[in-house]
Amino acid sequence: MNSNRKKLITNPLGKNNPITVQVLGICSCLAVTAQLKPAVVMALSVTVVVALSNLIISLMRKSIPPRIRIIVQLVVVSALVILVNQVLMAFVYDVSKQLSVYVGLIITNCIVMGRLEAFAMTNKPWDSFLDGIGNGLGYGLILVILGFVRELFGRGTLWGYPVFEKLGLYNIGYENNGFIIMAPMALILVGIIIWIQRSHNKELQEKP
Amino acid sequence: MILRDMFDKLKPNFSKGGRFEKLESTFEAFESFAFTPNTVTGGKVGNAYRGSHIRDAVDLKRTIITVVIALMPALLFGMWNIGHQTALSYGLDWGFWHQFWFGFLRMLPIIVVSYVVGLAIEFLFAEIRHEEVSEGFIGTGLIISMIVPVTVPLWQLALAVAFAVVIGKEVFGGSGYNFLNPALVARAFLFFNYPSHMSGDSVWIAAPFHFAGDAVTGATPLGQLMAGQPLQASALDMFIGTIPGSTCETSVVAILLGALLLLATGIASWRIMLSVVLGGGLMGLLFNAIGANEYMQVPFYYHYLMGGFAFGCVFMATDPVTAAQTNTGKWIYGFLIGAFAVMLRVLNPAYPEGMMLAILLMNCFAPLIDHCVVAANIKKRQRRWQAKLNVEERRTA
Repeated sequence: MNSNRKKLITNPLGKNNPITVQVLGICSCLAVTAQLKPAVVMALSVTVVVALSNLIISLMRKSIPPRIRIIVQLVVVSALVILVNQVLMAFVYDVSKQLSVYVGLIITNCIVMGRLEAFAMTNKPWDSFLDGIGNGLGYGLILVILGFVRELFGRGTLWGYPVFEKLGLYNIGYENNGFIIMAPMALILVGIIIWIQRSHNKELQEKP
Repeated sequence: MILRDMFDKLKPNFSKGGRFEKLESTFEAFESFAFTPNTVTGGKVGNAYRGSHIRDAVDLKRTIITVVIALMPALLFGMWNIGHQTALSYGLDWGFWHQFWFGFLRMLPIIVVSYVVGLAIEFLFAEIRHEEVSEGFIGTGLIISMIVPVTVPLWQLALAVAFAVVIGKEVFGGSGYNFLNPALVARAFLFFNYPSHMSGDSVWIAAPFHFAGDAVTGATPLGQLMAGQPLQASALDMFIGTIPGSTCETSVVAILLGALLLLATGIASWRIMLSVVLGGGLMGLLFNAIGANEYMQVPFYYHYLMGGFAFGCVFMATDPVTAAQTNTGKWIYGFLIGAFAVMLRVLNPAYPEGMMLAILLMNCFAPLIDHCVVAANIKKRQRRWQAKLNVEERRTA
């Protein structure tokens, strides 16, 4: 894989992250990250949808009439989302119940449409596929960080395993943070991640 | 002037190029804490003055110290009341000084934790940013310790203070740039994170030291009203403040003493205080008129005496950084705080006290209120100008 293609994967993980830099897909990132497991499942689902829809649209990009391209994109994305939803219901029913409407709402996730419009419509299939994988992982990275922090400090568990209880923290007076489970705290956490990222990466800082 | 000499001798070490250059902010903080700095606003350059027109040696530190002095009556009364409540509910025969001493010992760790955590973070940020340490926290730290229940676990308090200073203030650039009152951010953090330690009947009364039995519970007047119980405290009790409640906000008398000082020195805005009282009173009267349930029939002036209304009105709504800046804006801002606080108390079944949330809500809206007031003023003056132009046109025509 040459370096340009590698960048398609690594850029969205860092300085072009869809959540922390482009600020897309915030809604689902606040809604599904109260626990780690749904966050990981959501991250994988979005990665699959972005990568495959990028691939399909890129294959069709020359035959799509520009005036109806949004409709064509939506049809492709919806089909993929329905597929993902069925797979989730078949294999991880509990998580799919937890995620409820947010799987269906992947259709409206700005990252998906954004990548189709900005990348897949003008690039070759393999590049588009890699770009989809990269953006899905960039989105997933933030989700996993949020899910990890929120589940650990909000419920004292990780992937359902009672970490803090085993460590004996409750016996010395520790209590779970109820606030971190709520959506406002998730937004504050996203803000803190953005803060850390920007203070490390001077390129991302806006000029005052 | 041994202290002055000491500072002068040490100063070169902390200035640029000195040995402890990194600690310049820390040094500056202690120096200007001890002495009024001899720099004043602006200065004469050539023939013209630059900067603001009014020169005054009263800097932020002196302002904050006045607030701290204004807080003293409430703080001292609160300490006594902690001991008083414990003695009452555990049936102990404590004299005045014993009660005060007990309250002092219970308050001390809360104040120390609040100050140490908050100031440590303030100093850290000042050093990183090479700024002077801002003294806003001297007031905030004391206020935080005065609005929590006496039984608050100290590690939770420490976490809340850290959250309030970092997210409530430093993120936006430090004192003067925050749009939420940091003390209330700390309390809200505690309130939403650990509701069982911030409300209910079992958190307001401290158990005596070395006490092993079951803790005695005592409900606040607001808690009793929300649970539909009859009020135990009389209006006079609530006015003087001999009721269970957060550490230092029960006594309306002591708070009024502080209010007098703040108003006399012109540090707090009388417009905000008055409009908060008006807003709360009118909302209370409205509920009296509806009278659909027992809570609505509570006399409107009881709302001034219960919970944190008085404390919030005098010390938090008037915070000059987070309040509205225009005079008309202050009336609107204060009025809505009072009205929302009483509305939340009476209508919301989830929270017994509405003052904290009302002030935080209006903190968010203060810039918008100011914007609207300024825009309306511009429009008014434009119209006046236009009218004048029209008259002149007619005259020339």
